[in-house]
Amino acid sequence: MIFRPRTAVAAALTALVVLAGGALAGCGSSADDAATLTLYSGRIAPIIGPAIEQYEAASGVDVRVRYGDSPSLAAQLAEERGNTPADVFFAQDAGSLDAVEKRGLLAPLPREVLALVPRQFRSVGGRWVGVTGRSRVIAYGPDVETSELPDSPLDLTEAHWRGRVGWAPTNASLQAYVTALRLVEGEDVAREWLEGMVANDAKSYEGNIPVRDAIAEGEIDVGLINHYYVAEAAAEDPDYPVKVHFPPEDLGSLVNVSGVGILASSENKREAIGFVRAMLSDQAQTYFAESSKEYPLISSVEPPEELTPLREIPSPNIDLAKLGDLPGTLKLMRETGAL
Amino acid sequence: MDAAAAARVAGHGSRRASPARRLLGPRRAPRALLALGAVVGLASALPALYLAVTVLGDAHAAVDAVLTERTVALAVRSLGLAAAVAAAAVAVAVPLAWLTVRSDLPGRRAWATLATLPLVIPSYIGAYVFVSALGPRGLLADALAPLGVRELPSMYGFWGAWLVLTLFTYPLVLIPLRAALRRMDPSLEEAARVMGRRPAQVFRSVVLPQLVPAIGAGAVLVALYALSDFGAVSIMRFNSFTRDIYIAYQSGFGRTEAAALGLVLVLVMFALLAVAARLRAARTLHRSGPGSPRVAAPVRLGRWRWPALAFCGAIVTVALVVPVGVLVFWSTKQLATGFAVGPMLANAGNSLLAAAAAAGAAALAAIVVAVLSVRYPSVVTRAVERVGYAGYVLPGIVVALALVFFSTRVALPLYQTLGLLVFALAIHYLPLAVAPIGTSLLQVPPRLEEAARGLGRSPAAVLRTITTPLVAGGVLGGTALVFLHAIKELPATLLLAPIGFETLATDIWRQTTFGFYEASAIPALALLLIAAPPLYLLSRKGDAS
Repeated sequence: MIFRPRTAVAAALTALVVLAGGALAGCGSSADDAATLTLYSGRIAPIIGPAIEQYEAASGVDVRVRYGDSPSLAAQLAEERGNTPADVFFAQDAGSLDAVEKRGLLAPLPREVLALVPRQFRSVGGRWVGVTGRSRVIAYGPDVETSELPDSPLDLTEAHWRGRVGWAPTNASLQAYVTALRLVEGEDVAREWLEGMVANDAKSYEGNIPVRDAIAEGEIDVGLINHYYVAEAAAEDPDYPVKVHFPPEDLGSLVNVSGVGILASSENKREAIGFVRAMLSDQAQTYFAESSKEYPLISSVEPPEELTPLREIPSPNIDLAKLGDLPGTLKLMRETGAL
Repeated sequence: MDAAAAARVAGHGSRRASPARRLLGPRRAPRALLALGAVVGLASALPALYLAVTVLGDAHAAVDAVLTERTVALAVRSLGLAAAVAAAAVAVAVPLAWLTVRSDLPGRRAWATLATLPLVIPSYIGAYVFVSALGPRGLLADALAPLGVRELPSMYGFWGAWLVLTLFTYPLVLIPLRAALRRMDPSLEEAARVMGRRPAQVFRSVVLPQLVPAIGAGAVLVALYALSDFGAVSIMRFNSFTRDIYIAYQSGFGRTEAAALGLVLVLVMFALLAVAARLRAARTLHRSGPGSPRVAAPVRLGRWRWPALAFCGAIVTVALVVPVGVLVFWSTKQLATGFAVGPMLANAGNSLLAAAAAAGAAALAAIVVAVLSVRYPSVVTRAVERVGYAGYVLPGIVVALALVFFSTRVALPLYQTLGLLVFALAIHYLPLAVAPIGTSLLQVPPRLEEAARGLGRSPAAVLRTITTPLVAGGVLGGTALVFLHAIKELPATLLLAPIGFETLATDIWRQTTFGFYEASAIPALALLLIAAPPLYLLSRKGDAS
């Protein structure tokens, strides 16, 4: 083979010009008559796609979605510092929304939109609002007797559970639980629990789903995850071996949310507000409850039958917005060897 | 890799040089080349610059984040893993390379292709396959259950990460090594043998020393990859430096902390490169004369053929057949429930487009960097070469965020275009192309180029007509390496691709975040299929010439 740099350079330059030209043309054509909305979504297409389609059909607005994981998208929004194509950020967890809000990147939401959702499921600053709720649970496998199940996650540090527990310390929901524990029970209790879990040989996984799968495969007996991961699997397979238990004590059933915020830099705020309303409509809330088995947050929609109603879950009354001290939680988790 | 160090020995500089001379080296590079080098150097320095800017923005927090025992412990753990993976990769690649290039091993071309293919399996898929296939309660445990095996030993932790990273990165040593073996002048070995050395002695004293640059270059790439990897270490639950950087970003508030840790990783990388360069300094690797372009007669293996075949078979089984087998098993389950071909073909087309463009761009940039650092060694050219490794050792998310940072500030129209994605992939994987081109350049005697210059050719003409054809193998190998990595890249693609630009890797990601590892099998197999033809051509090329 004879390699000709000059030809190759020419080819590369041509390619670049074509690419750049195409890109610019792309920018131009997107600004046509139909309004468009750009969404950064930490929730994946199979869950959120149908809800978006409903909104598009009802509003005539065209929605473009960039999918990613919520923390990465939050980091991306932070680096963009307002120079973002995004109009709306739909995050999997309150922590990511909180991080973006604290950087001053979110616009205030209209009061009547905020009012759709109970106070503890939206930001104190009024710049993001919860869309769906999920409860922390102890998931357990077939080898566990129901009588054996603890009333509190704090009991999982007992010798009885040694080597049988799985958790996901890098996961936002678990970190939110630790933050809540620090707030409500105090720093010492949280530290003692983390140390106890590590000493009790709790197995770390990279997320809720791997914990659930490890229980299903018998690698561990119980795990700390969110309720709907099991609900999802159980919907597909009635004989699914993993069940959930809502621990009544020590914030064991803490409810966390996915939610949305509108970017302050958005030039399509009217459409963006319409989108947020659509996500909090009866139609969308019913869809989320039925398809991904999450808790609807508006009062007019009931949760799916197989779930314990939100008001019956012994959940502590905590402002999710106060769960913002994530750096402190991470520091504690590192010091105790949990991370 | 850092060929400059080796070439420096052969340089003609006097000890007491002027400052400018020291900076620009004994042989002044042509201005145009130097200018191109500056552009490439600046581009590949962007990730490191972004980290520096971020850290300087909040220096106190950064210092607090980094000056902990934890940082030291993590650095030691990560370096330990990187060293162990690199050593194992070399141990696997050297025999494979020799057998497939120099012996009469039956089916050596096929072995060469098969042994290179594991490179295409994304580490997170590979790790997941191993966990689910060979884990305590995995497929293998199920299969052994009738024999009374209840549970296999756990493979999580250091050794699991080591195994997976070794299996999916050793081709980074194998590819440059095969190229180097093919370029080697067989007359040296023949001379040694004529003088009575036994084959093993010949290999040790004549062949191996000539292969050191290729082995070193490959080993450095493997070690740096192991440092940068997130997928395998997270699934194998090994606490590494990269995992900590991800955790810091995940918290949403750890921007400065993540950047500080990233900068430490870059410093570790510079130290590693310096050590590697030391080890390989003071060698002249090209023959003194032009030599004759011919291929060495294959060594007859005789009855050693069987253990050789068993070795190749074992490696290919563990690194390729097991993962592909599991993927095929999963995809049949998936196919039974229905599967849309159209979107996957579109995704495959997108993957191909982005990866090919990135590979081409990286190869062109790499030629500039390699020629500068090998032929015009100096502080400046070495800096250009080494800074490029920063984009490679840093996890993909850092490279992606760096480009988010810079493009939204100075090149907004390019933000989230295909051009920017290609640019990101090219700087992320640039060293993968620089390394093989640099090593092949080391084996080309500069006298050939000097003679051509003496006969009145311009530097550009020399580069085109003499140097480039002689390093074509290295260029091809480097291009292929970048292509194979770019096609499976995920974090930068997620952040930088135009909205709606789905690739096979983003599809795999979508399925795995949903817990559908089985559903990711089909796009993962598609990745392998796309990568196979270039790898086959690559392994054929040298054997045929």
